[in-house]
Amino acid sequence: MSGLALQNVVKEFGSFRAVNNVDLNVPHGTFVCMLGPSGCGKTTLLRMIAGLDLPTGGAIQLDGDDITHVPTHKRNLGMVFQSLALFPHLTVGENIAYPLRIRGAAKEDQKKRVDELLSMIHLSGYADRPVAKLSGGQRQRVAIARALAISPKLFLLDEPLSALDAKLREAMQVELRQLQQKLGITTIVVTHDQREAMTMADTVVVMNGGEIRQAASPIEIYRRPADSFVADFIGQTNLLELQADSAGRVEVLGQPIAGLSLPAGASKGTLSVRPEDVHLTAPGAGALTGKVTFVRDLGGTIETFVDIAGRQIVAVSTPRARPDVTVGQEVGIALTPDVCVVLKK
Amino acid sequence: MRREPPQTLGDYAPLLFPAAMLTIFFVVPFGTMIAVSFFQRQQGGFYTPAFVFDNYARFLSAFFGGVLGFSLLLAITVAICCVVLALPFTYMLTRMGRKVQVVWLVALLSILSLSEVIIGFAWSTLFSRTAGITNILVALGIMSEAKALTPSFGAVLTGMVYQAFPYTVLVLFPALVRLDPTLTEAARTLGASPLKAFFTVVVPALRNTITATLIMVFIFALGSYLLPQLLGRPQHWTLSVLITDQAIYQSNMPFAAAMAVFLVLVTLGLVALTVIAGRKGEAA
Repeated sequence: MSGLALQNVVKEFGSFRAVNNVDLNVPHGTFVCMLGPSGCGKTTLLRMIAGLDLPTGGAIQLDGDDITHVPTHKRNLGMVFQSLALFPHLTVGENIAYPLRIRGAAKEDQKKRVDELLSMIHLSGYADRPVAKLSGGQRQRVAIARALAISPKLFLLDEPLSALDAKLREAMQVELRQLQQKLGITTIVVTHDQREAMTMADTVVVMNGGEIRQAASPIEIYRRPADSFVADFIGQTNLLELQADSAGRVEVLGQPIAGLSLPAGASKGTLSVRPEDVHLTAPGAGALTGKVTFVRDLGGTIETFVDIAGRQIVAVSTPRARPDVTVGQEVGIALTPDVCVVLKK
Repeated sequence: MRREPPQTLGDYAPLLFPAAMLTIFFVVPFGTMIAVSFFQRQQGGFYTPAFVFDNYARFLSAFFGGVLGFSLLLAITVAICCVVLALPFTYMLTRMGRKVQVVWLVALLSILSLSEVIIGFAWSTLFSRTAGITNILVALGIMSEAKALTPSFGAVLTGMVYQAFPYTVLVLFPALVRLDPTLTEAARTLGASPLKAFFTVVVPALRNTITATLIMVFIFALGSYLLPQLLGRPQHWTLSVLITDQAIYQSNMPFAAAMAVFLVLVTLGLVALTVIAGRKGEAA
């Protein structure tokens, strides 16, 4: 198979299992974002793909070859570190030429490739500057260019944009995605920023506790989360308990909802509804009824907090569809089955 | 926090004490020595104030020039050996666990607590024919018979490198600890083997530290007086040995002072050259 394949990869530090039986296929040319809270094992997984850490068990394959025990410097990859790790004693041009120099490329070829890469990252003419004289965004680009200098098979980035300010980060996300699409290179990015993952990835891999909870396209992760962790971690959501009553109907907060069904054999579950899918209606007209406790008007969006039997539900609407509610008012909540995701308990 | 530059004379007061100490215990004796180096020597161990260049003229002979050359060469060799050995050692030490580091550093510090005399006699025993390490090699069948390894240049070099090694490690340690470990990891992902990464990233990134360490060990080794006598032949004696010989045994204070001044000047010159070369390298 062309691309990267992880099979039953395990990493233990002493008695602590940082990565637990991870299976993942990354077809050639895909952009994968590994997303998860800190300590979920995503960086360890990336370091094992790079060969900087050796897995305790399992295998890693690249284009059909087993690379589990191939040393890092023979894997022909490019990696961008969180600290960027630009060499302080070298200029911008020398930094980018480093992987070429190490491989013994001719001086003219090095210079040609460096010029090519500098124009790709919009820093033409910066070759002779010391890296210390660059701004954060420029350093970021140099680190990316250096990692791409040998046209690697695999492009790995560990929280690459976390040091940049919010505006620059958003711009770099778009730029990185466009660059990856132009080069068609298999790319794996570790991030804890879900916005970053949603912007760039073909496939988002959500991890927690050393395990992959879901690996799917960003929109599927958002629309069809596999479990309550994924639903809660990606975007905002309302999680509600589901119960089957004696008649087999599904109840939410004690009120039956038509059209919902639990997985076969289960009597309990969790319902996830995105705030933008929660519609406010006249009291009694919706499936549930509650009381408005707070209205947060952010200009672009309006969040309405509704209390139903002690549980808080958030509804988000646009200014055009501004709900005509005030705090303390009774409202109904419409839950249509197509926006409700039933998760296993 | 930004500090204001000193405004009044009173602001300089904290500097007065160290300045006075330096003047009384360093500048004055050194000035006396420079003055004595121009004095006229009298037979019988005395000298009279004068301003003659005889002492310096005598020094510019093939014999003393040779001794000076040997002293400098020995100090440079010791400095290079120490840095070449200590740099990879310290690099690996900084990548080990805290407990291992503490054990090693305590061991190195305990070497520092040994006096030069003890180090000298210990090594002369280890290099001797009757009780030396060659007996072990004979017992292992590597050598056919035990032999003395001292006095020799190798013995002097070993003793001095042993003595200077802990200093070298202690000077290199902080710089290597501060070195970002992702630099070598980055070099490895970019195609450098661990060895290549060490030479293309760690060594160049620490160039200034390495230069400073070389200078420090060089100056430390230049003052060595006991080890060349304990472990070497007379041709391995350094200028410090001759200075002592002139000052104490020959009672020729002016000549000893002239040699000392010359040694200081040559040392300063070499250090200045190294610093200038380092600056040039940085600008390029």
